[in-house]
Amino acid sequence: MSAEEIHPDSAEVAARIERRWATIAVIIIVGMALLAAFAGIHRATMPQPRVETTDPSRLHLSGEFVESNLGSVLEANGNVTVRAIGQQYSFTPACILVPADTPITLRATSADVVHGILIQGTNVNTMLVPGYISEQLMRFTRTGDYLMPCQEFCSFGHEGMWGKVKVIDKTEFAGRAKGGGRLSCVGQ
Amino acid sequence: MLANRKLILAHFWLAFAVFGVALTLGAWQMFIRSPIGTWLSNPELYYRSLTAHGTVMGYVFPTLVAMGFGYAISESALEQRLVGVRWAWAGFWLIVIGSIMAVVPIAMGRASVLYTFYPPLIGNVFYYLGVVLVVVGSWIWVALMSINLRVWRKAHPGAPVPLAMFANVAGSYLWAWTAVGAALELLLQIIPVAAGLKATIDAGLARVFFSWTLHAIVYFWLMPTYIAYYTIVPRAIGGRVYSDSMARISFILFLVVAMPIGMHHTFADPQVGAGFKFIHSAFTALVALPTLLTVFTICASVEIAARLRGGRGMFGWIRALPWDNPMMLALAFSFVMLGFGGAGGLINMSYQLDASIHNTQWITGHFHLIFGGAIVIMYFAIAYDLWPHLTGRELIELRLIRTQLWLWFIGMIVTTFPWHWVGILGMPRRMAYFDFSDPAIAPQALSVTFSAIGGFIVLASGILFLVILARGMRAPEAAAGPYRFALAVHQPATVPVALNTHALWVALMIGLTITNYGYPILTLALTEGTSVPAVYVGAQ
Repeated sequence: MSAEEIHPDSAEVAARIERRWATIAVIIIVGMALLAAFAGIHRATMPQPRVETTDPSRLHLSGEFVESNLGSVLEANGNVTVRAIGQQYSFTPACILVPADTPITLRATSADVVHGILIQGTNVNTMLVPGYISEQLMRFTRTGDYLMPCQEFCSFGHEGMWGKVKVIDKTEFAGRAKGGGRLSCVGQ
Repeated sequence: MLANRKLILAHFWLAFAVFGVALTLGAWQMFIRSPIGTWLSNPELYYRSLTAHGTVMGYVFPTLVAMGFGYAISESALEQRLVGVRWAWAGFWLIVIGSIMAVVPIAMGRASVLYTFYPPLIGNVFYYLGVVLVVVGSWIWVALMSINLRVWRKAHPGAPVPLAMFANVAGSYLWAWTAVGAALELLLQIIPVAAGLKATIDAGLARVFFSWTLHAIVYFWLMPTYIAYYTIVPRAIGGRVYSDSMARISFILFLVVAMPIGMHHTFADPQVGAGFKFIHSAFTALVALPTLLTVFTICASVEIAARLRGGRGMFGWIRALPWDNPMMLALAFSFVMLGFGGAGGLINMSYQLDASIHNTQWITGHFHLIFGGAIVIMYFAIAYDLWPHLTGRELIELRLIRTQLWLWFIGMIVTTFPWHWVGILGMPRRMAYFDFSDPAIAPQALSVTFSAIGGFIVLASGILFLVILARGMRAPEAAAGPYRFALAVHQPATVPVALNTHALWVALMIGLTITNYGYPILTLALTEGTSVPAVYVGAQ
């Protein structure tokens, strides 16, 4: 090519520009990975650390996910634990009741196929895989009703699988929790 | 002229015919779940359609394009008649038989499990066997690409492998290895259950196996597009490739790092620990590198073309580009969509941001923009560029071709931008209908309507594409001459062994897969009591 005759060092110039861009690209990539690591540690947004298993065919018989244990419970330290299961095509409890401004641990699993829990307007989002327990930490700052659709295809009734989350005032929740038992807002 | 035109045309026609069918199904799905459609009385029909759409668009269509294009590259770049033509036809017919075998149970409602399978949901065994046949057919192509390159190397010891063939073979190896994940899931887990030999399945392990395939398959879809960027576009617009070695490095990077990153699809899953999620997240960032390098090299190559045409100034050269050339138009549209889609991908890659949009319509919007937009528009461009060489007839309706590309671009933007938006609002995926009368869902109605309209624009463009190709079969005859690929500014006389062979990189790809997948798969496989009862689809 004639360009080579005019600029004998053009190959070198081209390679230098290219190397510069490659360096910038590597810096961008490393920067993003560091940012993700920082956000995970600093804002404590990390996936659940442990893998826990459970037998979906025995959920209703004994253990953590028997029907009488599903719903919200106020723990001694003031935190709240919510236990729920997904099955074709509903959540139990279908309406989850939680207090605002409280650390909440959601523990959930599936009784049959793969489902997912997504609370709209928040970043609460987890899969429910039969055989495994999903755990997610959450905290609501705003009271009100949130929609909670199943976000994973779970067969023909998937489009009808919508639950609800009702966030109420902290003191009101404490009042309701006095009687003991497991709280939910089903039928309210 | 290409020697095996019939073989290549058969691949392209089958690819584009099934694409037309799947596109129509997609547009219907957009319509029926939007506020302008009426609620479906039988939602099951939606999932039949969705399974067919995904199976065709994910497995059959891009595989056939990559195969047909691969044969064309092998013959023209190596200037050598294809070795193993009979085997190539065998691969083609396996895909035909496999596709029919898979589609019949889908149409009967016996395999509405979506193309991602979702065990413990189990469909009819013939659906899975059909998918396996499609993959086996494509593996014949992988072997043929490798053999043809080997034959060429023997005849040209030490010579630089033409860039197009180097990239093509890299793409075929990537596919061969990434398909192994889904193959293991199908052969070890799903098919024994679907055939009635077992009644339980480990759904968590199956999801990990599938993630092995699910991400790198996207890079397999992407390969023909990137090959077109580097080796067709510069030639078609009268330019040169800025750098031959950077191109090779990009394809090598895809081969090595596209694989061990798939677990970002399981960020929200309970069966994978936090550590491996972080490793896969970091590796996912790495896969942006070859794309960043490509964007630079292609923009620089395009600038060379503009300056050779008399373009001047810092940005003034952009006006000097041949904008009436369909290849130029396709490249520009593809890059715009790649830019937006890639930015979305960087969001998905981080666990923290992904939590807000995981399994929402954002994800559907994301991969439709990348695959349907940036990738498929270059499939069109490849077909237009190759057609005269396959038919011996000229494609003369350039205005129609430009209209088709414009419609596809506009349609894809109108479809996917609102799709991303409703995802941010938390709209879940894969639903046959939404209750737009619910005050919490009503605000999403307008966006979903726009998406549906975009779907019809895309469908119109797809039909136009098929019409242009069909008319091209009956255009006046004209000798197209030999099919050529773009040359580099500094065409290499020799290439370092590392940039001229694949063995080292294939070894690295397999090694990284084992380090990033070996431990999670092994621990899940050894954990007792995680197999759960299968749930049969369509069972009475």
